[in-house]
Amino acid sequence: MHTKTIKQLAEGLRAGTFSSVELTQHFLTRIEKFHALNAFITVTQEHALTAAKQADKRLAEGNAPLLTGIPFAHKDIFCTHGIKTSCGSKMLDNFIAPYNATVVDKLHHAGAVMLGKLNMDEFAMGSSNENSFYGAAHNPWHENVVPGGSSGGSAAAVAAGLAVCATGTDTGGSIRQPAAFCGITGLKPSYGRVSRYGMIAYASSLDQGGPMARSAEDAAILLQAMAGFDEKDSTSINEPVPDYSRHLTESLQGLKIGLPKEFFQHGLNSQIAQDIDNALNEYRKLGATIIELSMPTLTMAIPAYYVLASAECSSNLSRYDGVRFGHRCEHPADLTDLYLRSRAEGFGSEVKRRILMGTYALSAGYYDAYYLKAQKIRRLISDDFQHALTQVDVIMSPVTPSHAFTLGEKTADPVHMYLEDLYTIAINLAGLPAMSIPIGLSADTPEAPKLPVGLQLIGAYFSEAKLLNIAHAYQQVTNWHQLIPTGFE
Amino acid sequence: MNSAPWEIVIGLEIHTQLATHSKIFSGAATAYGAQPNTQACAVDLGMPGVLPVLNQDAVNKAITFGLAIEAEIAPYSVFARKNYFYPDLPKGYQISQLEHPIVGKGYLDIDLDGESKRIGITRAHLEEDAGKSLHENFHGLSGIDLNRAGTPLLEIVSEPDLRSAKEAVAYMRKLHELVRYLEICDGNMQEGSFRCDANVSVRPAGQTTLGTRTEIKNINSFKFVEKAINYEVERQIEIIENGGRIIQETRLYDANKDETRSMRSKEEANDYRYFPDPDLLPVTIDEQLKAQLKAALPELPAAKKQRFQAQYQLDHDAAHALTSSRAMADYFEEVVKHTTLDAKLCANWLTGDLTAALNKADLDIQDSPVSAARIAELLQRISDQTISGKIAKQVFDTLWQHPNSTADTIIAEQGLKQITDSGAIEAIIDKIIADNPDQVEQYRSGKDKVFAFFVGQVMKAMQGKANPAEVNKMLIAKLTP
Repeated sequence: MHTKTIKQLAEGLRAGTFSSVELTQHFLTRIEKFHALNAFITVTQEHALTAAKQADKRLAEGNAPLLTGIPFAHKDIFCTHGIKTSCGSKMLDNFIAPYNATVVDKLHHAGAVMLGKLNMDEFAMGSSNENSFYGAAHNPWHENVVPGGSSGGSAAAVAAGLAVCATGTDTGGSIRQPAAFCGITGLKPSYGRVSRYGMIAYASSLDQGGPMARSAEDAAILLQAMAGFDEKDSTSINEPVPDYSRHLTESLQGLKIGLPKEFFQHGLNSQIAQDIDNALNEYRKLGATIIELSMPTLTMAIPAYYVLASAECSSNLSRYDGVRFGHRCEHPADLTDLYLRSRAEGFGSEVKRRILMGTYALSAGYYDAYYLKAQKIRRLISDDFQHALTQVDVIMSPVTPSHAFTLGEKTADPVHMYLEDLYTIAINLAGLPAMSIPIGLSADTPEAPKLPVGLQLIGAYFSEAKLLNIAHAYQQVTNWHQLIPTGFE
Repeated sequence: MNSAPWEIVIGLEIHTQLATHSKIFSGAATAYGAQPNTQACAVDLGMPGVLPVLNQDAVNKAITFGLAIEAEIAPYSVFARKNYFYPDLPKGYQISQLEHPIVGKGYLDIDLDGESKRIGITRAHLEEDAGKSLHENFHGLSGIDLNRAGTPLLEIVSEPDLRSAKEAVAYMRKLHELVRYLEICDGNMQEGSFRCDANVSVRPAGQTTLGTRTEIKNINSFKFVEKAINYEVERQIEIIENGGRIIQETRLYDANKDETRSMRSKEEANDYRYFPDPDLLPVTIDEQLKAQLKAALPELPAAKKQRFQAQYQLDHDAAHALTSSRAMADYFEEVVKHTTLDAKLCANWLTGDLTAALNKADLDIQDSPVSAARIAELLQRISDQTISGKIAKQVFDTLWQHPNSTADTIIAEQGLKQITDSGAIEAIIDKIIADNPDQVEQYRSGKDKVFAFFVGQVMKAMQGKANPAEVNKMLIAKLTP
């Protein structure tokens, strides 16, 4: 049951082949069985079975929405009323959210059954899931390999069949990179498409929630339930949400694909470059033409991103002060001691590093040189993309420069870790939608395990339907998205 | 105070709490005086994941203020985060405006000793208030009440155009009057709805560069503003005259000791690390909204005062007193509309007896037990000569005690109706002339002052109910040989 698509499961539920309670129990059993994967921070078994019973009732009454009774899980960054919402941090290890995120409410109303809360890098800062207070989730393709981050738990759970699909969030690649590392399909929507209300902020102007699933078809269904204007989020966009499933099967004849040459230079693993070539050939067969682009501002994306994201994070994380909620140190001597020790104890080292960088970038005398300059670069990058997307329908690129790396391989060198996000970060700066779809597996050698490879699809604002169509067309003629890691069949 | 060779330079920053029903970035109520932390929702508590949503009413009120001071309303203004840690600041930053305030340069004309002076207003910006730290009576701990957190404030910053504590107070009063006229702020200073920070410096008269200033924080009454500034000016002059130097710092006014003392120096000041709030879009204001709010502006105090002087032939002081609040002006016009009594006499009544009674009971005109309609009825009885002005005061006192009664009922019950029957008055006058031959003699020999004695005697005999004009006329006729 854990290899079926949402549509197949929805049909099974309606045909009475199995109930939502049976389906939910099946996934709960798998979560228990593969708990060494460390994909979940919290498993909400009782909550899930209650929701499944309600779903079965709703299904019996007829007219239930498509996701009714489908077991999924939330990244632990979305606030869930009455349920621990840790954001992967010791700081919020004791935090029971008093309200639901808009996305949580939406999926609840859509009838989906929440299995639990998924592992992630602390406050979504990281590219390997190793920054989680709860320990890293493991990549189902190999236990010694990272699942990527920050939505590593989401990617691992979906790839391992512990949930039909999952929510993730993406500030600099946190949906796309783990999707690529775990061989699943992930979509970061246009900024403003999915409400951020109740999604714990890392860098507000870059954060965006999105679907992580086993196929473009499933991602479309999940996105449909997540997307939409929310008056509680001033940055959400009041634009109608199209029917994402309706355009999936449109022809790609005449599609113009742009390849920014800056994304295919040194540093890109040759096997990945080969896999991308193969995927592009499939697209040619589907009627697409390939156009080379030059987008020189892309090379400035990483420094601009780390200034802006850190600046916003330094302010967003100020509320974790030990006063009203979250971790508080024992026996504070005075107010300063309360602040200093609560924050020193509650935050991990990567979070502290970014708070320090951001505080520095915003400080008097440095603001113009760092923050303002980074904002200017952001504008240039955005203009570059806008211009490119007048010439082509979609931009394609690698998601990551290399395959998933081994646990501990990059933790000693933060800059090396930051370079992981080379191809994904610029898209957040521009606010555009982008996807990661699986397009290959590395060769199986004695030294290295077989690991998935992702292709990035980048579109114009609010072109999610088009991206899903382009991804789906590929998935109709290839089977990379259907591969299941050994041991999780 | 010896300040002859010194010029005093003052600029005020006034925080007005905008009278919106809900907070500036959340739906929680703003009413004052609720149990601690009962009017703070997840947004006000700075819970993880919450987001601010701008209250359009706060924007409208800020625009209304800007229009009233003829300021430029920014077509595009930006909220910024002011970052600092304090327990009553839930998010660790205050949402405020720095580079792009909603209201730009404007002005306010103040009157001082009959002269008008124009005071520049640099800017006015929207921001959220913090909560309150409660250090007393809390089991030896500090308590945090976040009811006030997120209350909308409009911070109004003046140019350093004020040259004395008196001018500063006049400006502050004028602004206080204006925000209440506009109904954008209740002006309640005890509850902190209208708070003042004063930037004070001194320089030798004639010098063009400004002296080093100090900022006096949180002065919450007109009286204290004057005292705090005067104290600070003297302190600064004394330091300079003794060869010292003023340190740029923030000072706190202690009303009990009537002194200011250092809170923190410039070096200790926070680096607030302002940056645009990414959770909020820039505020764009179009011409249509501006026009709509402009059309809804009430008549402003200066215009109203002029109109009162012209339309009702009031002198400056009366017009000033009656336009000091919109409620008083409305009350006055309501009275005038319902009586044929001369408007000047109506004005005297309101600025005299009514204001005295209100002051004694510590009430605002809005809370007057005697309504404008009831006062008009009373004054109408003076106009139609049913009672004299003197008797009217007696009726007013009774009316104040029994606000549900009416002037006519009181006049009837107490038999206060004025006697105009000349026969009755004549009989009394004849008797008094006969009983007081000495005084008659004195009057006739040229002592005019004795006339008042006869009026008094007649009035006394008639319990004040005689028509005074009639009494005068008859007395003159009878006394003249």
